[in-house]
Amino acid sequence: MEKGLETTGIPSMEELEKTPGFPSSKRLMEGPVAVIECLQEIPCDPCETACPLGAIEVGKPITNLPELDEDKCTGCGICIPLCPGLAIFVIDYTYSEDEALVTFPYEFLPLPEEDSLVNATDRSGRPLTKGRIVKVLARKQFDRTVVVSIAVLKKYAQRVRGIVLNRGKGE
Amino acid sequence: MLTTDVVVVGGGSAGLAAAIESSKAGAEVLLIDENARPGGQLFKQIHKFFGSRRHYAGIRGFEIGRRLLEEAHKNEVEIKLNTIIFGILGNKIGIVEDKTHAKWLKAKTIIFSCGASEKLISFPGWTLPGVMGAGAAQTIINLHRVLPGSRFLMIGSGNVGLVVSYQILQAGAEVVAIIEALPKIGGYGIHASKIRRAGVQIAVSHTIKEAYGKDKVEAVTIGALDKNMNLVPGSEKRFKVDVICLAVGLKPNIELPLMAGCETMFLANLGGQVPIHDENMETTVEGIYVAGDCAGIEEVSTAIESGRLAGIAVAEKLGYLTKNEAYDVKVNLREVLDELRGGPFGMQRKYAKQQLIRRAAHLKGV
Ligand SMILES: Cc1cc2nc3c(=O)[nH]c(=O)nc-3n(C[C@H](O)[C@H](O)[C@H](O)COP(=O)(O)OP(=O)(O)OC[C@H]3O[C@@H](n4cnc5c(N)ncnc54)[C@H](O)[C@@H]3O)c2cc1C
Ligand code: SF4
Ligand code: SF4
Repeated sequence: MEKGLETTGIPSMEELEKTPGFPSSKRLMEGPVAVIECLQEIPCDPCETACPLGAIEVGKPITNLPELDEDKCTGCGICIPLCPGLAIFVIDYTYSEDEALVTFPYEFLPLPEEDSLVNATDRSGRPLTKGRIVKVLARKQFDRTVVVSIAVLKKYAQRVRGIVLNRGKGE
Repeated sequence: MLTTDVVVVGGGSAGLAAAIESSKAGAEVLLIDENARPGGQLFKQIHKFFGSRRHYAGIRGFEIGRRLLEEAHKNEVEIKLNTIIFGILGNKIGIVEDKTHAKWLKAKTIIFSCGASEKLISFPGWTLPGVMGAGAAQTIINLHRVLPGSRFLMIGSGNVGLVVSYQILQAGAEVVAIIEALPKIGGYGIHASKIRRAGVQIAVSHTIKEAYGKDKVEAVTIGALDKNMNLVPGSEKRFKVDVICLAVGLKPNIELPLMAGCETMFLANLGGQVPIHDENMETTVEGIYVAGDCAGIEEVSTAIESGRLAGIAVAEKLGYLTKNEAYDVKVNLREVLDELRGGPFGMQRKYAKQQLIRRAAHLKGV
């Protein structure tokens, strides 16, 4: 089957690298930074004001793609729960010697527990590797979107985008 | 008989916005909705809305509804709930109050903001209990808090299919797959990506062949479609599901505008037959306006702005705003609407709206 966002719902690496919200590999290696996986020109802009440092710009018209100023971005992650598309992640390649930290939005119950080992999944929801939940951040101003950070081996950081939903199997 | 300045039919985002603007300008406004609470679509939407910040994007749907309602109260809009409008006769509006008392109201102007209905498709087995509209499933789950099943198949990959699938997962059930007859996903990539990350497959170029079950849905067969939309022999797959959700599009609720004599036009990109309206949202019948999904299926931000536009135009018509006062506001609202209808998804709607307005100009002989 054909690859890419329009036919599979999964953006390909080539598609991602072309978008203005995707940081350069140089910047990625330097420390935590936002990765904005928003590839289509839709009328949407909450990310622009979400960032306190002004590192995201949509501008006019509102259908512009969000553009990341990778030098301004500190990877603080505030924008993650404020994007209604759940399209923003933060990756920190400097987290430890061999691990990177991937931070993503999460809206399912029950929440994962900090320090637990879970199956980290890729953009298709398939388990890819084991990861350790480092932080589960639930804030009132996030309005029920929880921000989860997971440590995985560096080579998986650009593919891990979530965890296996933790729930009892229905009958 | 009471004659109100403006009767707004339907209290969703468009109706609330229209009522607020007319009332602000000084008109006497009565907003009528069949539900126990106003807000329309918004009250079952538990997801954060995409859109522009100006239009409450990033906020969950029900909260947008609450805010609009608060503004309507502040601006002294009279709201009549649990009231169905069953007919229009000239400037008379037939209503049924509290599901029992029928009576007539008179209005100088009417704004139809009565939203949209789900389209359906038929297939062998489609009358089995367990086959339902995605919007219906959403109402059952998010408003009545009942899960109608445990294994869902979603038909249609537009934003409604994608968003409702996500909410089914949040409610604790499984979505076995989302199937789409066209070779491309219909909704926004952001919605598709988040449902994929949660492990749900989206199969484009696939359709439903048959639903099976004794007293209710128990299984389904789907199959692949070729370029000419014919089923590829041998591609059928059968699996167990207990709910089949149809998210195959919405169509404007045009019954009341039709009764009022408004002319319509077929525009696929706006959901089907749409009341013809001019740049003031006025239909082909003087004094009757449309706004929101009823004037073509779009989004909340456009519903709000088109509602405002209709509200302002009505206030102007009734003499509560001078031509000059209304002019700047209307120009500004039209610019915002134009901007919202940009990008590859919005362009087609922009073009369709232009066709409507041209047609109205032609019919009105402007
Ligand atoms: C699942 C789903 C997800 C969506 N997600 C988004 C999103 O993320 N962002 C976005 O911008 N948009 C989204 N939308 C679209 C958005 O909800 C609609 O475009 C918008 O709500 C339309 O508003 P409206 O006021 O025109 O209609 P509605 O909200 O449908 O309101 C119409 C009202 O009129 C009432 N009514 C109708 N007929 C009568 C009658 N005869 N008598 C009395 N009352 C009547 C109805 O009961 C209803 O309350 C979504 C829609 C769906 C279905
Ligand atoms: S991670 Fe922080 S600094 Fe970077 S874009 Fe998001 S909010 Fe701004
Ligand atoms: S808020 Fe999220 S979905 Fe909306 S434009 Fe920004 S990144 Fe895209």
